[in-house]
Amino acid sequence: MRKASIALIASAALLSTALAAKPVTFALPEESVPVELADAEGEPVVNACSTCHSLEYITTQPRGKGAQFWKDSVAKMVNVYKAPLEPADADAVASALARKFG
Amino acid sequence: MTTFDRRHFISGAGLSLLAGPALGAAKSVTLRFGNGTRPLVKMPQKRPMILLTSRPPQLETPFEVFNEGLITPNDAFFVRYHLSGLPTVIDPARFRLSIGGHVEKPLELSLANLKRDFPVTEIVAVNQCSGNSRGFVNPRVGGGQLGNGAMGNARWRGVSLRALLDKAGVREGARQVTFNGLDNPPLDTIPDFVKALDLDHARDGEVLVAFAMNGADLPFLNGYPLRLIVPGHFGTYWVKHLNEINVVDAQFDGYWMKTAYRIPDNDCNCLVPGQKLEKTKPIGRFNVRSFITSHTDGAKVAAERLTELRGIAFSGGSNIARLAVSIDGGQNWLDAKLGEDAGRYSFREWRLGVTLPAGVHAIKVRAYTTDGEAQPLEARWQPAGYMHNAVETMHLEAA
Repeated sequence: MRKASIALIASAALLSTALAAKPVTFALPEESVPVELADAEGEPVVNACSTCHSLEYITTQPRGKGAQFWKDSVAKMVNVYKAPLEPADADAVASALARKFG
Repeated sequence: MTTFDRRHFISGAGLSLLAGPALGAAKSVTLRFGNGTRPLVKMPQKRPMILLTSRPPQLETPFEVFNEGLITPNDAFFVRYHLSGLPTVIDPARFRLSIGGHVEKPLELSLANLKRDFPVTEIVAVNQCSGNSRGFVNPRVGGGQLGNGAMGNARWRGVSLRALLDKAGVREGARQVTFNGLDNPPLDTIPDFVKALDLDHARDGEVLVAFAMNGADLPFLNGYPLRLIVPGHFGTYWVKHLNEINVVDAQFDGYWMKTAYRIPDNDCNCLVPGQKLEKTKPIGRFNVRSFITSHTDGAKVAAERLTELRGIAFSGGSNIARLAVSIDGGQNWLDAKLGEDAGRYSFREWRLGVTLPAGVHAIKVRAYTTDGEAQPLEARWQPAGYMHNAVETMHLEAA
């Protein structure tokens, strides 16, 4: 097998650009509520899920995976990532997701 | 998108959800799987990219970019984060990389130190998300529903991790090296994104701490100011905004190694769909892949005239030995001409001229490595949708 091509570069040439660098800032983009979640039924979903992530995480999932898919997804958020949801709220979120996207 | 304001739902964290289209999205693309329509959006230092998620940012490279050249431009390189606590400001003058843990002499390096005090090396290497192409997995699985654009090939410049570890002096009994970046979980209960490599791998001389990509500073969303480069290995190890390297004397058991990014520990790294995942290991090297980039599925070409097909192939570190093309749905295979070899971790170009009679033709491409690995004709399935690398089929209509 051929050895990977790694070349030594003179490091001195890189110094001038490094020293002139300024702070780099980043702001997360604005978000909107996807139309699929923009109704009363979507409200608990928007409230719970957008604490940690934008809502495309939900709307881009494959459709027709069934209620268990959404129940498992919510359970992972609660059990693994400790999403601060009471069991009844978690059930409500999972049910809403199943009805909308199941 | 909705027309009414949901801001009142959200409290804390300075987050606001605005009504109307975000990110100025005007155009969309439809990836070739169910529920695959995505907006094209512009984020800082990026051209319009396929939006998977906005918080944290996840962007996919529009596939036509891969036909523009073997190096993926910085402004088109895919973006994948796990945790939405991104750093908001990084001052390169104050930034420090620490190398500590089970070492003789812990180091705190400024960017200037790093560039001045250690040999600088370059490597051309593909980075690919573990879940690249997850949307094509059948049966479908949950997770980021990506097309084929969560990959890219760049020339990375930096300092070998071995040089840094040697300077710090790895102590007897060290077993692994862990890597942490400036990005943080949105809640304290969510495990921070920390990855680990075995000590021998970390010291192989190929793993880099990179400060530049294609001759420029890393774009913010690709890990400015430092990123770990793990040639031939899935992107989960390529920790962004890298600021903490820690040598440990035990097997690291953090969530993102012990629980997440696990693959079936068997010969095919695959399961029968629905089969329960039992014996697992951490994901590692890429499996071999190839793509047609010169045409898109359903494209029309001239019948009985020469059509040049072109594309790319890559693997987890073996050279591409052969690229076979079928223009009859896989019955017969022709050898394509391989292009310039930019190293065993790079995209490799292939080209083949074919003459197609009138009609619709199923074109397939299959790459083989010098180690004897061939792309599977039938997709292999993993419950997390990782490592999809089945032979691609594209239909061309000759008329």
